[in-house]
Amino acid sequence: MAMKIGTDNFKERVGNGINDSFMRGAVAGAQNSMGVRRQNATEELGNWEEWRSHGEEIRQHVLENLDYYLEQLSENVAKRGGHVFFAQTADQANEYIKGVVAKKNAKKVVKAKSMVTEEISLNATLEQAGCTVVETDLGEYILQVDDHDPPSHIVVPALHKNKEQIRDVFAKKLGYQKTEKPEELAWHAREMLRQEYLTADIGITGCNFAVAETGSFSLVTNEGNADLVTSLPKTQITVMGMERLVPTFEEMEVLVSLLTRSAVGQKLTSYITVLTGPREEHDVDGPEEFHLVIVDNGRSKILGGEFQSVLQCIRCAACINVCPVYRHVGGHSYGSIYSGPIGAVLSPLLGGYDEYKELPYASTLCGACTDVCPVKIPLHQLLHKHRQVIVEQEGKAPISEKLAMKAFGLGAASPMLYKLGSKVAPAAMNPFTVGDKISKGPGPLKAWTDIREFPAPNKERFRDWYKNREKGGKES
Amino acid sequence: MTGTIQNREAFLDQIASSLGRGRLSKGVKVPAWKHRPQDQVLNGATPDELIEVLKTQCLKIHTSLVMTDSKNLPETLNEVVSNYGGGPVVSWKDDRFSKWGLDSLMKKEWPSNNIEVYEWDHTKGEENIRQAEKANVGITISEMTLAESGTVVLFSDKDKGRTVSFLPATYIALIPKSTIVPRITQAARELRELHHSGSQVASCINFITGPSNSADIELNLVVGVHGPVKATYIVIDDL
Repeated sequence: MAMKIGTDNFKERVGNGINDSFMRGAVAGAQNSMGVRRQNATEELGNWEEWRSHGEEIRQHVLENLDYYLEQLSENVAKRGGHVFFAQTADQANEYIKGVVAKKNAKKVVKAKSMVTEEISLNATLEQAGCTVVETDLGEYILQVDDHDPPSHIVVPALHKNKEQIRDVFAKKLGYQKTEKPEELAWHAREMLRQEYLTADIGITGCNFAVAETGSFSLVTNEGNADLVTSLPKTQITVMGMERLVPTFEEMEVLVSLLTRSAVGQKLTSYITVLTGPREEHDVDGPEEFHLVIVDNGRSKILGGEFQSVLQCIRCAACINVCPVYRHVGGHSYGSIYSGPIGAVLSPLLGGYDEYKELPYASTLCGACTDVCPVKIPLHQLLHKHRQVIVEQEGKAPISEKLAMKAFGLGAASPMLYKLGSKVAPAAMNPFTVGDKISKGPGPLKAWTDIREFPAPNKERFRDWYKNREKGGKES
Repeated sequence: MTGTIQNREAFLDQIASSLGRGRLSKGVKVPAWKHRPQDQVLNGATPDELIEVLKTQCLKIHTSLVMTDSKNLPETLNEVVSNYGGGPVVSWKDDRFSKWGLDSLMKKEWPSNNIEVYEWDHTKGEENIRQAEKANVGITISEMTLAESGTVVLFSDKDKGRTVSFLPATYIALIPKSTIVPRITQAARELRELHHSGSQVASCINFITGPSNSADIELNLVVGVHGPVKATYIVIDDL
């Protein structure tokens, strides 16, 4: 699965989302409960703003010195016996990983949840190479069993599914015979996946934060699957977006603390695992061979430009969990594995404006995303900046906006035209007006009036009213 | 054995060029940060105060906490294991078990009561994994314990298998009271000092906070997914 999900256009996707009442209820409930949990976990610290500022200064320092820290990281990974591959493109990353798989003659890969491997379509590549790929995060596993249904949230990927749907999918695909109770469903997944860990040739993970000073990297999870993925197979491959690193353990712990509180409202998740190189000489578990694949895939184009701060992101999804637009349209509407405000900023940068020009408009610019971001990315300002770029440089503004702006520009430039326009507006809109409302608007108004009414133009223009008032209001 | 590095120079040159400067290969120092909120958390708390914080946190992370001392440790451990339904038990091979007087329980009493005990032994290779996989209880020792989050910290080693804490159905961590610190900040600093003093950090460091869990199905919390279903911390008063 690439970064892009589905083939429908933006309007069709949003239409599907708006009409999926279970999904909308689930998303609203999730936003409410995760919002409260996040708020409690951040407020109890008493100085959350100080934490955010620290997170921001760490991330900015790393981005400004990214080449230095990546060099240090790679040296230290190699010192501990790990292999490092720098991949400028998704293809390079996939080719390298395919090469490792071929060399190991691997038939089965177990994976722990990783957004960057989704971004580069690693699963599809490995499956084409004849490998069985098993996702082990419970949410990802559910989606995989359901014919690769795409994720709709970066932390809770199967958020759009209810337990009855999951039960039916398990029954159909896995011969599951129990009820829709989450405990029973989860236990079934546990039993199915145990055998997979024990028989897999290769384990693949993402990376929450790499540590340059020691050549380590950390994984932040609750289920324990990542620990089995990195303990049992003989070969391990870790794929990281090139910006996901910190100088030392001391900065790592700060970002982990920001991440767990912002993502799920926990002080720390059940498992924070810090791995350095392959296993030691006499160790029994842990991989014999370790590969770290560092992926650019468009990130260096963001670096040094006006969108650089988006690379501060630590993938906590706090912005998604407060977004009023995400709440109504759901994750699939974004057409990208990166949804919500962060997705609306990141997807056009990584995937291009041709594919994602609508996303910066899928925002009310209310700024709630910016307020909750634990590393202070000015998300709503970046969305606004995207709109500027789309209109000024790309010439890709939505057609209705272009027309409206053109008409307004023409009309407002000449006092005579303006006068005429505002005078004829009530008459022009008369056929569509019922009382003082328009319920079925023509042309560009239609999208608005399809879901709500539009006030009809006032019969008396402000200018006329004002003139009349000056005269003492005698004329009316 | 040293690993390999491929395709690095072009990749890092691209980054430097995006940043509008030449490559930085040395001379970058971690700055003196303007903000240090992490030092203020539980600053100056006594060991007993930290224990209270740990106790409260354990309620939130679905973890039982038992206080004991070295004299009563065998009895306490025996009780927790039988509450979990007995063996098979798998543990690290660690001198501290016998130092704490657990030999007679683990090597005599349990086996004679049909509680199977397996001690991790790197010379037996894959057999360790088989034993951990079928075990009902896994027992390891915390090197550092984080009061704020209720977290035990483990370092892997040849006789301290990673999977002892993950494959068995239930998990017990032995926590010397002297290992308790306010939060992950102190642990991170100690790891860094260890590294600077020339010792190699363990290839796997686990920060474990209670049993495994998931909220992936309709955000319902399920305790016990791929790792242990239940967890108990036994705090040993060694101060």
